[in-house]
Order: sequence, then C-alpha cells, then structure tokens
Amino acid sequence: MRVALFVACVAIALSTLSSMAQERMLRVAGPWEIAGVDPAQSGYVFSRLQVAETLVSANATGKLMPGLAQKWSVSDDGLTWRFTIRTDAIFHDATPVTADAAAASLKRAHAGVGVLTQLPISEIASDGQDVVIRLKKPFAAVPAYLVNFSTIVLAPASYDASGKVTRIIGSGPYQVKSLTPPLKLELKGADNWWGGEPGISEVSYLAVGQGETRALMAESGEADLVFSMLPVSVERLKRNPKLDVHIATIPRTRIIKLNAAAPFFDDVKERQAISYTIDRAGITKVILRNADLNATQLFPPALAGWHVADLKPLTRDVDAAKRLLAEAGWTPGPDGILQQGGKRFSVTLLTYASWPELPPIATALQAQLREVGIDVKVSVGNSSEIPSRHQDGTLEMGLISRLYSIVPDPIGTLLEDYRPGGSDWGAMGWSNDELQTLVEKLAATSDPRERAALQKRAVEMLQEELPSIPVTWSELAIVANKRITGVQVDPFEVNYGLASVRWAE
Amino acid sequence: MRQFLLARLAQAGIVALVVGALCFALMRVLPGDAAMRIAAGRYGPDARIAEAADKVRLELGLDRAWPVQFLDWLASLVQFDLGHSLVTGAPVVDELKVQLGASVWLAAAAIMLSLLIGPTIGVFCGLKPNGWTDRLGLAGSVILRSLPPFVLGLILMLVFAIWLGWLPPAGFGTWRDLALPALTLALGLAAVSSRVTRDAIATVVKAPYFVFARHKGLPEAAVVWRHGLRNAAIPVVSYLGLQAIYLVEGVVVVESIFAYPGIGHALVHAIVERDIPMVQGTALAMGLIFVAVTAAVEAASAWLDPRLRRTQ
Repeated sequence: MRVALFVACVAIALSTLSSMAQERMLRVAGPWEIAGVDPAQSGYVFSRLQVAETLVSANATGKLMPGLAQKWSVSDDGLTWRFTIRTDAIFHDATPVTADAAAASLKRAHAGVGVLTQLPISEIASDGQDVVIRLKKPFAAVPAYLVNFSTIVLAPASYDASGKVTRIIGSGPYQVKSLTPPLKLELKGADNWWGGEPGISEVSYLAVGQGETRALMAESGEADLVFSMLPVSVERLKRNPKLDVHIATIPRTRIIKLNAAAPFFDDVKERQAISYTIDRAGITKVILRNADLNATQLFPPALAGWHVADLKPLTRDVDAAKRLLAEAGWTPGPDGILQQGGKRFSVTLLTYASWPELPPIATALQAQLREVGIDVKVSVGNSSEIPSRHQDGTLEMGLISRLYSIVPDPIGTLLEDYRPGGSDWGAMGWSNDELQTLVEKLAATSDPRERAALQKRAVEMLQEELPSIPVTWSELAIVANKRITGVQVDPFEVNYGLASVRWAE
Repeated sequence: MRQFLLARLAQAGIVALVVGALCFALMRVLPGDAAMRIAAGRYGPDARIAEAADKVRLELGLDRAWPVQFLDWLASLVQFDLGHSLVTGAPVVDELKVQLGASVWLAAAAIMLSLLIGPTIGVFCGLKPNGWTDRLGLAGSVILRSLPPFVLGLILMLVFAIWLGWLPPAGFGTWRDLALPALTLALGLAAVSSRVTRDAIATVVKAPYFVFARHKGLPEAAVVWRHGLRNAAIPVVSYLGLQAIYLVEGVVVVESIFAYPGIGHALVHAIVERDIPMVQGTALAMGLIFVAVTAAVEAASAWLDPRLRRTQ
C-alpha cells in the first residue's frame, strides 16, 4: 500500500514536470518504422513528413503540382523531358538546390531499386537550371514517377564517398534534428523554405507498430496527430469529443491474385464465379466497418478517370456463381466439394500479416467460398512469399493489398501488373494482347481526352476478365487532437502537409 | 576469485560460439528465400520484391557457400566486428548500442520495481503464513502471473494513460515513457518473487535461530531485519537469475506494444527479415548478459551465504 502510494506520488510529480517541458511540440505517431535512411527504403517517411522534396508533387485529387521543379516540358518526339528547378530552394545545409544536385539524386535512384528503374531512361543530366531526362522510347507519365518518394532530392553532403546515403539533408520545411532508427524522428523548422515558415516549428514522430497503442496515444492526448487507425478503434475515437477523425479512401485495393494457369482458374467463368461468391458488403461492414470500401471495381472513386461510374458493379450472387461453375465443368462431389475429372476444387489462399486486416478477410473468403463447394486452406506467411511463390509458379490464390498510387498515375502499376507473363503483385498465368496494347498506348499518350477513353476500356476489360479479383478498397484514417487545425488528408500519401498545421487558439 | 572470473570468461566464449553457430544454422534451415525476405524488409511489401531480391543477393553475396559465410562471421567476431545489418546497412554494433542500451534501462527499471514490490509483499505474507495478507498476496500473484504481458500492458495503459492521464501509453526517451513498460514487466516478476520470498520467510520464521531471537525479547522489526532478511534472501537472489529468462521473453512483447526500441523488438524484426548479422548480434548480446547475470547471482549468493564460500 505504502509502495503504491509512493509510486503514485512520484508519478504525479514527475508527470507534471515533464509535461511542462514538452509543451508546444507537434507529436505525430504512425505505423511506419524507419529502416535505414536510403530513400528507396524510408524515403516515404521523409517525404510525408516534409523533410525532403521531390521534383514533382501531387494534390489530394492526384493532379500533378510543381515541387522542386517549377515547370516541365517534353520535346516533340516525346524523348526528352526537361524539369526546371526553382531558384529559391535551399538545402538544410544552406547550399542551393541545383539541377546538378537533383540530377545526381535521380541518377542514384535510377541505379537503385526504386520506381525510376521501370522507366526507359537512357540518360539523366543537368543543363543550367534544368534536369534533363532522355528516354529510349516515349513515355508520358515521367512527371508522375518523379512524385515517388524514392526520387527525393538530397544535398550532395548526404552521400558518402561510395554514394551511399548517410544522412538526410533535404530541402523541405522541416529538417532532421535527431533520428533514432527505427522508431523516432525529431524535426525542427527549416530556416528558409521556399514555401514559407511552417505553422509549428518542432515536430516529433514516433513509429508505433501496434494499432491499439496508436489509438491509446490519440485518446490520452500524448499524440496530436495519429495516422492509420484500425477499423475497430475508429468508432470509439469518433465519439471522443477531444478528437477529430478524418477518413479518406485511398488508391489501395485488396485483391485476390489468382493463378489463371491453374486448372481451377483458367476459365474466365471460374474467376467470375469466385467474384460472385464474395460477400463484399459483409466483409466491409463487419471487418472494415466502412461500407464505402465495397470494391465494386478495381479502382476506388478517388482515382479520377480510372473509376468508371457506369460500370456494372461486382456483386454477390451465389446462384450465378454455382451456374458458372457448373458451366465450367465442376460438379459437386460426395463431400460437397466440387470436382472435375476426379480433381477436387481445393486450393490454398496465401496471405500475410503486414496488413492486420488481411488474415481475417482471408478466413471470411474461406467460409464464403465453401458455400459454393470450394475448399480453401488459408495460409498466413511473410509478404515476400507472394512474389516468391509467383516466381516458382506454386501460388494458387493470394489475398494481397495492392497500392495503385506508387506513382500517382495508376498506369505505372498497370504496366507492371499486367505485362506479358504477369508480375509479382499482378496477374499470374494470364495475358491479354488487347489490354497489353491499350496499356502501352496509354503509357505513350499524354492528351487527357485521348487517355480517358483508353483508361475506361482498360478498366472494363479488367472487370470482365478478372485476372485478379477486387475485394475491398482501403481507407486512411487519421486522428487529430482538437488542439490543432489545418490537418489535411492526402489519399495519395505523398505529403501530409504538416507545415500547414497550426495550434488551435 | 581469479579462477571464478576465468571460468566465467571461458563460459562467455563458449556461449558466443554456440549462439552464433545456432543462429546461423537456424536461420539457414528456415523455409523461404533469404534474399526475398531481406528485400521485403528493406523496401516494404509494395515494392518489386523479386527484382530487389536479385540485387540484394548480389550485393550481400548470399549465393556464396554457407561455410564461407559462417567463417567470415567468425573471423570478424574474433576482431570484435559484428558486421552490418543486412536491412538497414548500419553496423550491428551501432544498432545494438541504441537497442541494448534501451533494453538494459527497461530491464533494470523492471527489476528494481519488482524488487520493491515482490519481496516487500512476500515478507509480509511470509511472516504470517495463511493469514489474510498471505491469501490476498497469493490471489494477486496468481492473477498477475496468469495475465499475458500484452494484456497486462494494455490494462496499465488504460488505467495510467487514459483514465488517470499520468503517463504516455507509448514512446521512449524520458523516464515517463519507461514507467509503464517497466511496471508491466515488474508486476509479472513480482508475482513470482513475492511467493518465493514468502516461502523463504515462512521457512526462516520456523527456524530455531529465529524462534530463539524472538524468545530473547528482540523487537519484531529487529528480528526480521537481523535474522530474517539475509537468510531468506538466499533463495530469492538465486531465483532472480532465473527471472532473467522471463525478462527476455517479456521484453519482446512489451517493447512491441509500447513502441520501445529495445533488443526484443529488434530481434523479432531481424528474424522476420532474415537479417542474420542482427540476429547473431542480438542473440549474442542476450547470451552474454545471461552469463553476466548468472555470475552476478553466484557472487551475490556467495556473499550472502558464507557456507558456499567455504565449500569452494
């Protein structure tokens, strides 16, 4: 008893002391750990927290905006892109952001593992105030690729002699004050950011892996801004009068990746039957607690031009599913499981726990597919098992979470996912010449009207053929304490706009 | 004394070798492609992992024969070089400095707190075995020990961070952040050490020398202080050594839920990401700490109990 009293007294005394000392620092919590300072690894943390900047940025609707590059243009043959660097940008070590420095950062990104490796680049160079990117063949979405976090521009002093990044010296409104990998990052306002002075000059970011802990950080007021809340916490947090909950649908879709070369899924009727079996409304309502996430097509409404409003939605229709399976030659066996020529319809659904909601969705799918006589075993592994089992051809079904805004233009992901032979996170054992031609044409076309028609056709084809089956869309839930104002939600997760957050007075 | 230290040093050397070899072997026999795992650990699940894995394999020389890779590690270890993390690229020593330091603080705080709580309660319980304090102590100890650390952690967060608003639910760097994870571990430790103390005290209370001390009219406090505590401390101190095991298991869970950057948190990530040098480094550090703890417990027991010194 005496001990408890003593501990309590000390706790009160010290907590008042330290809360006085911690006044006026914007405390941010999110799930992302900082695993090394290489831009391809944790560049997204530095880009989202506005420490480092890219040449091009994107607004909340995905429209490209000037970043470190004031403007850009492409030559008539579509082979040479010029990005003009703004003259008022300064790195945190007080050296100016030059085209030279930007080109050096991009060259390094191109040699690494980021998105630039996917472009047909023949040369990156600087010419006066311009960064010049020369291509082997025309590619319309180059500026969109330069929004990706792996292309952040760092000061020459960030690299060591071998070209490895040793520290982050960016040009954004915040500079790194201290970094304790993998969990903590402290920032302070940069002196002369080209966009003005940030509203709050001190920021500390803490990586909190557990969703429950993040919710408690928000509720206790220990964090002012918390990213990525679990669906189960959102309802409770919404009722808290001290907190504001912001929710946006983001261009990330949970899909079933199918091996279309396997006898179970080689017929489009089989894939459509699977789609008809899925109770998307039930999954979104019960597991995700947000009925708006029902993925009636691959892309969510947030992706303007890629979401086709008048497309026939993917719905649940168990009778239609049974009919299609029968048409594809599957008949119920003695144990209720479908069979064809002595082969049972028994498959493994592989998923991973990097996204906590995937395993429960997988078990819901398992129960739903059992209704039409499909036996599914759920296997939960590491995220790398999906590409690994794709490569060796042993994957049957995988439940994955696919991001379509790795570059803000989904063409980047489509080119990757539906290329001939498929890809790690895209189609498997499926290819379609018409879609192939369409996507390649899209990649070379920059006229918006011409593109709109092509985009619509591509989406229709994916809806008909279902090389991968959309299950649900995803949301980004952000909780802000009412102490602060000016919080924006960026569905593309390029930049969280911390610089425009202010204390509410 | 010199012999004692030399023996411990030899033990540390053997532990280093066995732990290193075991980690290396276990990481090898785990299913899955190491390069793929490392690539996923580095670049996240949205990246083109297969392409990245090819570069990782080349960069790290993962396709070399395994004896070559193991001898490489051993040769570096002899020069006190633990290598670089395969995921972050930073020297393992630097990562350990931060993480081990954080964990040592956490573990030390947990042990201190548990010593404040456990033996104190145990003494009160043991002085009157089967009295109401003893029964209450038993009930509390059973409840606390049967709660898994993550449940206990969440309950403490709810109480101290949400209802009372005294302490932050997660974070690190100040003593306030340390309080809840340390208390979570301490309660688990105290649950058992209070019972060990209680039994030890109960035995001492029945011993002839203790009864005699009471009969000769010493005040109760003096009896306990002079004749009770030191004798009862012997089993409690030896038990402390065993509790190091509970701590190792506890920090892994507690560090994850409290977002605390310790060695347990690092070890889990390193295993998932197949970061062999990090796994070897962390396991090695844990093994050596274990040797140090055992040595300290042995020394403390010898100091408490002169009979042990005489038999040596």
